Order: sequence, then structure tokens, then C-alpha cells
Amino acid sequence: MYIGKFWLLLALRLASPALGNPLDLDIVKHLETHCKPGAKMTDSKYFTTTKKGEIFELKAELNSDKKEKKKEAVKKVIASMTVGKDVSALFPDVVNCMQTDNLELKKLVYLYLMNYAKSQPDMAIMAVNTFVKDCEDPNPLIRALAVRTMGCIRVDKITEYLCEPLRKCLKDEDPYVRKTAAVCVAKLHDINAQLVEDQGFLDTLKDLISDSNPMVVANAVAALSEIAESHPSSNLLDLNPQSINKLLTALNECTEWGQIFILDCLANYMPKDDREAQSICERVTPRLSHANSAVVLSAVKVLMKFMEMLSKDLDYYGTLLKKLAPPLVTLLSAEPELQYVALRNINLIVQKRPEILKHEMKVFFVKYNDPIYVKLEKLDIMIRLASQANIAQVLAELKEYATEVDVDFVRKAVRAIGRCAIKVEQSAERCVSTLLDLIQTKVNYVVQEAIVVIKDIFRKYPNKYESVIATLCENLDSLDEPEARAAMIWIVGEYAERIDNADELLESFLEGFHDESTQVQLQLLTAIVKLFLKKPTETQELVQQVLSLATQDSDNPDLRDRGYIYWRLLSTDPVAAKEVVLAEKPLISEETDLIEPTLLDELICYIGTLASVYHKPPSAFVEGSRGIVHKSLPPRTGSSESAESPDAAPSGAPPSEQPAVIPTQGDLLGDLLNLDLGPPVSGPPVATSSVQMGAVDLLGGGLDSLMGDESEGLRSDVGGSPAIGGTGFTAPSAVMPANLGPPPSGGLGDLFDLAGGVGTLSGSHVAPKTVWLPAMKAKGLEISGTFSRQVGAISMDLLLTNKALQVMSDFAIQFNRNSFGLAPAAPLQIHAPLAPNQTVEISLPLNTVGSVMKMDPLNNLQVAVKNNIDVFYFSTLYPLHILFVEDGKMERQMFLATWKDIPNENEAQFQIKDCPLSADAVSSKLQGSNIFTVAKRNVEGQDMLYQSLKLTNGIWVLAELRIQPGSPSFTDLEVSRLYFPPPFFRCIQLLSSFHP
Amino acid sequence: MIHSLFLINCSGDIFLEKHWKSVVSQSVCDYFFEAQEKAADVENVPPVISTPHHYLISIYREKIFFVSVIQTEVPPLFVIEFLHRVADTFQDYFGECSETAIKDNVVIVYELLEEMLDNGFPLATESNILKELIKPPTILRSVVNSITGSSNMGETLPTGQLSNIPWRRAVVKYTNNEAYFDVIEEIDAIIDKSGSTVFAEIQGVIDSCIKLSGMPDLSLSFMNPRLLDDVSFHPCIRFKRWESERVLSFIPPDGNFRLISYRVSSQNLVAIPVYVKHIISFKENSSSGRFDVTIGPKQNMGKTVEGVIVTVHMPKAVLNMNLTSTQGSYTFDPVLKVLTWDIGKITPQKLPNLKGIVNLQSGAPKPEENPSLNVQFKIQQLAISGLKVNRLDMFGEKYKPFKGVKYITKAGKFQVRT
Repeated sequence: MYIGKFWLLLALRLASPALGNPLDLDIVKHLETHCKPGAKMTDSKYFTTTKKGEIFELKAELNSDKKEKKKEAVKKVIASMTVGKDVSALFPDVVNCMQTDNLELKKLVYLYLMNYAKSQPDMAIMAVNTFVKDCEDPNPLIRALAVRTMGCIRVDKITEYLCEPLRKCLKDEDPYVRKTAAVCVAKLHDINAQLVEDQGFLDTLKDLISDSNPMVVANAVAALSEIAESHPSSNLLDLNPQSINKLLTALNECTEWGQIFILDCLANYMPKDDREAQSICERVTPRLSHANSAVVLSAVKVLMKFMEMLSKDLDYYGTLLKKLAPPLVTLLSAEPELQYVALRNINLIVQKRPEILKHEMKVFFVKYNDPIYVKLEKLDIMIRLASQANIAQVLAELKEYATEVDVDFVRKAVRAIGRCAIKVEQSAERCVSTLLDLIQTKVNYVVQEAIVVIKDIFRKYPNKYESVIATLCENLDSLDEPEARAAMIWIVGEYAERIDNADELLESFLEGFHDESTQVQLQLLTAIVKLFLKKPTETQELVQQVLSLATQDSDNPDLRDRGYIYWRLLSTDPVAAKEVVLAEKPLISEETDLIEPTLLDELICYIGTLASVYHKPPSAFVEGSRGIVHKSLPPRTGSSESAESPDAAPSGAPPSEQPAVIPTQGDLLGDLLNLDLGPPVSGPPVATSSVQMGAVDLLGGGLDSLMGDESEGLRSDVGGSPAIGGTGFTAPSAVMPANLGPPPSGGLGDLFDLAGGVGTLSGSHVAPKTVWLPAMKAKGLEISGTFSRQVGAISMDLLLTNKALQVMSDFAIQFNRNSFGLAPAAPLQIHAPLAPNQTVEISLPLNTVGSVMKMDPLNNLQVAVKNNIDVFYFSTLYPLHILFVEDGKMERQMFLATWKDIPNENEAQFQIKDCPLSADAVSSKLQGSNIFTVAKRNVEGQDMLYQSLKLTNGIWVLAELRIQPGSPSFTDLEVSRLYFPPPFFRCIQLLSSFHP
Repeated sequence: MIHSLFLINCSGDIFLEKHWKSVVSQSVCDYFFEAQEKAADVENVPPVISTPHHYLISIYREKIFFVSVIQTEVPPLFVIEFLHRVADTFQDYFGECSETAIKDNVVIVYELLEEMLDNGFPLATESNILKELIKPPTILRSVVNSITGSSNMGETLPTGQLSNIPWRRAVVKYTNNEAYFDVIEEIDAIIDKSGSTVFAEIQGVIDSCIKLSGMPDLSLSFMNPRLLDDVSFHPCIRFKRWESERVLSFIPPDGNFRLISYRVSSQNLVAIPVYVKHIISFKENSSSGRFDVTIGPKQNMGKTVEGVIVTVHMPKAVLNMNLTSTQGSYTFDPVLKVLTWDIGKITPQKLPNLKGIVNLQSGAPKPEENPSLNVQFKIQQLAISGLKVNRLDMFGEKYKPFKGVKYITKAGKFQVRT
């Protein structure tokens, strides 16, 4: 009673000045007279010193000689502080009490100090001496207390004085002091990060990870983790097998909180192979039986992450799966707050590895007195676990929930029934009948929710459950929520031909058209147009009416535009309108509410954290963008390999290693268009070559650095001057087969200033795969690939990745007609359906017997890929060298004869810079790609190579290469070309320059 | 890590705040109040709330919200576990965790909070260690202190802080050495309308009270340890020994503590000791309904079911109830619409029954929902899972302790749907 009055008094004191009500003040006075300090033995007596004058009284007491009186006074001060009263005026007096043998008094003063030091920095310096002295005290408790408190005094001026004592304490003989000092480093870092780094405290802290005392290790890990969070790149927790071993040893012996820190730290480690992963898992598993749920969940995180590296064939993998279920279920018998966090995490775990909890459906059944936030989460997980085996039970439960009191929960339960129908096909019928039962209850919100989900069921299983439409129509009048109205209108429009009075029903909605929400208006417009297309005779008036309502009387642009589109479609081409409006709709799938796989994988790395509660990566919500390191699951190491071969599984590298970047085709096109293909200019080559050498030197790191960096190399030829000093070759219009569409006449210009092929080759070398079809353009199917030619066979090497949520199957591929008649020689063989996030590598053999059509650019290939979802189109440029046949070496005589016959307009010249090869090297390199050297001679110190090659369609290409030896590592290479120069030119350049 | 703590009572007053780092303004709690307003019921306030600069993680215990403020990515379970530990400690120190108790001992509360957390990192949360550092208040001690001027603070470093057995004090001495184990099992069950079991599991714990001198090393073995396949252990238990021999081997903390908790879920192992026959129906277009509930013993292994209480949350439309009971007494709270029927012991010869008329608000539509019955009961000297302690051995000390094991089965969340 006494306490109650006191608080009331406080509240009134706060409230009354604002109100300014004299009556209230009277009450205050009244209460005050009744609340005079009593002689009670509780701390509440300290609260009574609230009057202003009592600050002076306190001051006197603090300066009293009697220890007991001092202590009482400090207690009073602390009590005032706790309720937010300003007692900072007493700072010097309280600090004076600090030099005392009485530990309690010392602690109380420290408490006060921590609170007010910030506001009185000058005074706080007075305390420094005591801290320094206390850090030397023989009693470890006092040393620890001092180091603990001084870290909490957030005053810049003071921190400098604290470095020396802290350094001593970090090396203290007593582990209790060391562990306290470890935390102090984190505190200091928060106040002045630079100071901590300069003083080398971070290194000392790292050393503490190897401390003999587990508690010290745990605190050091905790401190380092906290510091690392503000310095994401600093790599403070540099873990290696040795330090991991130390952590795992400490894990068994430290306190529950220390275990959490260590486990969270372990989760960031990337084991080098599956053996290491397994041994860590084995040592972490006992933590699953810990009484502290946070320890359990952190252990689950480590296991979920490292499991990714274990082969599924391993016995241990199965054992681990079994061991994970019980602790997760146990979390659900804890307090509701713990349950909530556990459920949010289980939601992720169930999506990643449904097998863990598939037999535990019942623990997620909702109890009526669960808090609502627990109920909703449980419902979500029930749907995720629903399968053909347990659907009967689940439905019975959901039906039960649909009669509960809480409206939100009931709605979600009804929705869940619909999701079950979509997820488990065999249960659809039962779900629909359950929904119909619920509609019969006539409870308004249940009916509306049921109609919304039935619409989804119709879309998933068309032409199956339309018999229920009649029942739905009976409830038309009771629908007052836009979503339900829109769903109902959709149903009426979609099945207009089966509903006799569809026009009347829709007309009834039309009356209040302008009062409806946009959602309903749009749906109504579409439904009436559908109706019109299905029953054109009777509904002309209706459609006119709705179109004019939408286009003339509405100021909603979406509605107006849709109205206009329908109007024009209907007035110009009713058949087309039918095709558009009544087009077949894609089916909806159960996975619409699943978390996207890449996000899920990231979230699995954050089990137990806030990210797992919000189901968002920390980057999406953690304050500031500092410290965001994207985490990813470790790659599974060789699931096909036996676990016995330790070095068969090289891993540890991040899974998404980028292939060497190849410039996009657009860039290349641009580059090549700049290429001057004008007539050759004669002149001494020497002059330019020196300039070019200079240019090359500017590239810095030597030519070797160009290796594997095509983009750099390619660009360097853009500015390159056209070939200079090329001997005027004459080439014959070589043997020209009749089946080739494009005539080679008409100059090189229009035909050849096209983009070159992207690609490199040398013997077995194949260009890295590039993404041809990004996943976002192909409903989750990503295709990347490259072309190769090996022993006379051309193949297209494809990498198909399923980034969607559903399984893909029934793959097929087709090429459009192209310049060289490239066509698949075999069907696309993908034997098993492609599961989400799975990748398959396939090599598709090609031949050149397909139909021919000149493409622009010449080496453009248009490809269509079909799967069970859709057909996707993309185009790619193939490198011409795949078309060079093995018997492309022309006889010398023939070469000479042909050379002379080549008309001038078929001739072109190029200069290739930056070629580090000698003539012989070039020759052998080119031979690897079926470009043969017919003859070689040396003219005035320059090597001349005469090359020939033949394309699959029988066209010959002849070339003269002039190689000018420059600096030792540098050769000037010049090409004269015949028919296919830009692509051919590029081929030679790539071949000779970048794959020595 | 944990930044600050606010204690808030049911009427929304912040009556205590503690900051472990810089001071966070009370106004951050406004976000909490907002969430509290949205939730119809105090129990429904979501435990994790995000605000523009902080996260609020809260628990609700004994009519007090423990609201902690965090700023960085911290495992929420870590925070929640810690908050429960704070509440447990208050309970332990002051006998109750209430607003009054906390205000009466505000200085000790502050000292405790300071000792439990350092810069947001837990420091000492074991009750044994805390009690050595800060003595719990007793009337005698405060009288003595006020006369002699001695303090509540321990002057030396608690020995447990650093040893490998942080849960035990070093010098423990008793004249009577005793070790008691209570095997307590709670049945969580959902029974559907027709009386069949939808879901049932047993949540069991073994709570111990150990008052043994020195450093005793105990091992506790069971007749049927196979029942225990999902167990959480107190840190003192040697996990390896359990894995290999199914024996609980440990050096116990001093005093009361929870040794293990376990879960038995396989349906056929869970016996349901009572059955309920019920008719609760409302007539269409009339403002009354029927209520008739009978409860009887089922598989109770020959033991008496006692302490039986049935509570029913009646639909909102119910005005009052006119019932007669053959045993025990009933009350109906017309505000909360809760019917409580306190039965006591069930005698199989004469089954308790409660029946009569339910009066509804006139004109209100027939209630749609079917109220669930919540049943509480107790069975002494029985662990319903069948778990039995085989023997307790003590090593490391010479004396002969007095040993005792007690079994009890209770209803946990035991619900009967109608």
C-alpha cells in the first residue's frame, strides 16, 4: 500500500504541472502528508528523498565521517538515479567515497560513476588514480572490478590513462581478471577503436584464444566477435584447424553463455574438407542436449551449415539428421517467447531439410491458449510439413482451428486449407469439401476467406471442382471484403458459360461500380469482357456499360487503360480479343510462399540470430551497412567420392568462383565496328612497330599479364592502325561451294564488318562458359555454355542451372537456320528432372548439315530451349574456329595458284599487336586449331607465314602472316585475310596471343 | 550484446531501468507500448520488436515485462534465456518476482544486474556464485547489518567462478547429508471431441535438492533409461558417460536445481489418466444452451487422481451459467467468461458431474466456436511414463547420505476439445 501510494505520487508529480490543475496539486499534498518516510527496512525508503533541499542533506551525509551513514547516503543517491532523477550535482561528493575498503560501498560508487562520468568528464579524472591503484590490489575481485568499471566510463580523456592498467590485467595471473579484461578491450574499442589498435590490444586478445582457461577463451571470442562486427574486413577471427581445436576444447568446459559465443564463432569457419566438417560436428552434437535453448540453437546452426559438406551417402549424415529432431522439438515446450524464436528458425530448417521433422507434425498442433504469435507460426510450419501421409490429420486440425475465436488465426487456418489443397494434390478434393463445410457455417469472415482460397484451387486444378460454384454463388451477398468480392467475380467471369445467370450476377455488382475498390473494379471489367466473349449475344449492353464506366467515368489510370485496351481489342479483332482475354493461364504452384533458395541458404547461416526471426538477410535491416558479410553455405564436397579419399575433395573455396570475364558481345560489337577496314595503306612497318612497342610497355606488367585477360587484349586492338606495309596480296576467289548463301563478292565491307566470334581455343582449350540465358529471363532456368571442337567433332558445352523453386524436366533444344548449317546432332539428353538449385553439365554434339541462312552477324546462332515450364529463346555467337576442318592444309602449288586468282576486293589486311610468340610458335599454335602453315620464308628479317584453312562448308581461307621480331618477347604479327576476316582475324589473334 | 533493460508493469509504467553501455532513452519503450496496445492480450505482445535504431526483445513474467534493448545482431534466444535467468534470480533472492519485491530491494537488484552482465556479456548467472557475491536479503541479516555495519557483499572472489565446476561452492558443510530427487512429469495433450487423442506427450523433469558436504560425485541410474531419448542436461552432467552407459554422472550444485528435463512423445507410451464426457450446446434462436460435463479416471495405474480443476473459456455471448455439481464447487467469471470447476479427488464409484443451463445475451447469434476444456490434475507416486530410478551411488566422500526419490504426474497443457 505504502509503495503504491509512493508511485502514484510520483506519477502525479509528473503529470500535474502540465495539467496545471489545482485539484491535482491538492491530491499531491494530501498524499505527501501520508507518505512520510516510514521506519521500514526496505530499500523503498531511499526513494523518499525527493525534495530539492534534500540534495544538500545528501551532500552532508556523503561527507559524513561515519561509514555507515556514507553508505546509506550513496544508496539513496543510487535509488534516485534508478528512477531517472538527476543527482549529478553530487558527483564530487560521491567520488570522494571511492577510496574505501568496503567493497559494497566501492561498488555503489562505481555504479554511480558509470552513470554520470560522461556528463562530468573533468570530474571523472579524479577517479583514475583509484582505478590504477585498484588494478594492483592483491584481491583479484577488486582488480577485476576496477578493470570492469573503468571500461564503462565512456570518457575519451580517461581512456588513455587506462591502457597501462588494462595491459597488466590482460596478462594477470588470475583468469578471472583476464576474462574481465578481455571484455574491457571490447568496451574500449567501442569508445576509441584507434587507440585499441595502436596499443596492440587486439593481438593480445587474439592470444587469449589460446588461454588455458576456457572462460577466458570464451570471453576473448565474444569480445573479438563484437569488435569484428564493426570491422567486417579486419579478419580478426582468423580461424585455422589449431584454433578451432582450442575452441572445441573450451566449448566443453566453459559456461553456457561462453558456449554460445564459441558456437557462433565456429559457424563462421569453413572446414577444409568433409572429414574436418564431420569431426567438428561430432564434437558439437553433445551441445544439443544443453538445457539452455540458445546453446541448442547455436549448435543447430553449426550442424546445419557443416552438414552441407557431408556426403548424403554417409552413415553419419543420417545419424546427424536423426539427432537434430529431438532438440528442435524440445524447444517447443519452453516459454512462449523461446517457442516463437524457435519456430521462426524451424520454419527455415524445414524448408532446407524437410526430412528432419517430417515425422513430428503433431508437436506443431496449436493449443488454444498459445499466444497468437506462436499459433500463426505453428500453422505455417504445419503446411510446410503437410504431405500425403499426414494430410488427413492436418486437415482435421485446420478445420478445428477454423472455429476458434481469434479472427486472424481463423482466417489463416482457412487459407492454410487452401494451401494444403495446392500442395498435396491427393488431398485437393478433401480440402474443397472441408472448405464447403466451412462456407456452410455462414460465419462471414470464414466464408470470404474460403472463397478467396477456392479461387486459387480452381486455378491449380482447372475443370475439376467447378461443381461447387453454385454453393459459392449463394454467398454472393454476404461478401464485403474487396479480396473476396474480386475472387468471386473472377470465378463468375471465368466460368460464365456454366453459370446460367452470370450476367445478372455481374450486373448486380456493376450497380455500385464507383464505390468498389480498384481491385474489384478491374476484376469486374475483365469478368464482363470474358462473359461477353463467351456469350456475345445477350451481354452486349452490359459490356458497353462497363467499358464506358471504366473509360469515361473513372479517374483511375489502370482501370481506364485496361478499359481502352479491351474496347479496341473488341472493336478491331474479336478473335484476337478472345485469344488475349481467354488465354490459358499458367498454373500456380505450391511454392509461391517458399523462401527463395539462395536467400534460404544465406539465412541458414544466420540461424538463431535476428535475421532468422525476420527471414531477411542482415544487410536488409542491420543499422548502417557496416559489417555486412554475406555468408554462404559451404559447398558439398564430392558426394560421389568415397569418404575415404581425403584429398579428393578440394573445397573451402567459395562456391561461386567467377570464370574469367569475357567482354559482353555488345562490347565486342562496338569494338569491332571501330575497326578500320579501309583499303590497306602501304608504308614502312618499322615506324609503327616502335610506337606499338611503347604502347605495350604502357600496359605495365608485361605481356604475360595479358594472359587470360582477353578483354584487355581485345581492346588494345581497337585503336590499332590498319595494317601497314602489307604486301598487296592477291587471293583467288577460292573454291566456292554452291550451297553457301552469301556470295563473297560485293567487297568485304558489308559482309565482314561484323562482330567476331567470342572465343578462344588451343588444342583442348575451350573458352570459359558465359551466361547465355540469365535465369530472370527464363523463369529460373539459367544456361551458360561454350563451343569446342575436338578431333573433328563440334560440340556445345552447356551448363543448365535451375534457379527456380520447382523441378524442371522435359528439356529439348533446337537451332534456328544459320550461316553454316549448325544443328544438334543428338537430342538434348537430360536424364533426371532438374531439382531446384541443381546444375547439370551437358555436352551437345553438333553437325553442320542443318539448313543454311545467312545470319547477321555471320556467326550468330539462335537457340530455343524448351522445358516443362516454357520455351525460351536466346542467341549467341560461336567462335569460327570450331568450323575449321582438319584437312585444311592446301598444297603449295595449289596455294600459289589460288593466291594469284583472288580478286582484290576479297582481300583484307590486319595487324595484330601484342603477340608474344615467334613464327614457329604461332605456326604450331594455329595448327592446333586447324589453321595450317603452307609455307614459311624470311624476307628482310621478317618471318612470313602462309596459312590456309578450310571451313566446314568447303570455303578456303588463305592468309599471309608477317611476323616482325621486335623486342625479345614481342612479335609483330600481320595478317592478310581473305574471306572471313573479322572473325578469322580474331581467331588468329586470340589463338596466338593469349595461349602461349 | 544486451544494451539496456527496462522493467515495465502491466499498467505501462517503467519502474526500473538499467544500462550496461551508454544510456538509451526511455522513449524507445514507446514502440513496445505501441505493440502492447495492438495486442489485445498482454500475453500476445510479440517478443521481438524492431524499432528504427534498436531491437526490443521482451519476456512477460509474473505480470512484469522484461524489455531488453539491443543494437547489434545478437541471438534473440540468448537474450530471452538471459531475461528468464534474471527473473529466476529475483525469484530466488526475494521469494517472488514482483514489482513490489523489486522496488523494495532496488539496490540489491542493481547490484545483481551489474554482476550478471558486463558490457552486455553475461558474467555470473549461477545462483551459487551470485549468492556468494551478494547475500540475499533476510530480515535477520538486515537487522544485524544495521547494527554491526557489515555489508551484504562478499569480499572474496567466489571460488566457483573459475573452477571447472562453476556451479558448486568449494566449502560446503552439512550435518545431515541429504539428496532428494523429484521426478515430475507433465502430460501435454489435445483430446478431440470424440475422446481420441490428437496429440500427447510427456514433459518430464528431475528436480533435485542436494545438501551434501564436500565434493560428492554422484551417479544416478534408471531401471529403463531407454525411455529417455530426448533429454536436456544440467551442465554438471557428464555427457560421455550418459552416451555410453546411460548413467547420469555428476558433481551436483549445492541446493535446488534441475538435473535433467526430458520429453517422451511416442504416442503409445503416453497414458491418458482421465476422460471427460461433455455436452455443450447452444440452441438456435434461443438465448440458452446446455452444459453437461462428467470426468472420470482412465489409465491411472491404480493411483488416485486428485487436485482436479476444469476451466472453460465460454464464448463471449454467454451471460451467466446455472449449474449444479455433484462434487466440488464452481465459479463463473462473467467478465472474463471463464468457468472454473474445482473438483478435488476423483472417486471412481461416483463420478463428478456438472450440469445445467447456459444463459446467452438475448438476441446474440448462436456462438460458433466450441469452447475447449482445460483440465488440471495431479497423481502422486507415479511417473506416468514409467520412468524409475534404479539407484544412486556416491563417490568421493566418506559419509553415508540420506537419499530419496519422489514421483509425481501432473497435467500440463491438457485440453479437451468439444
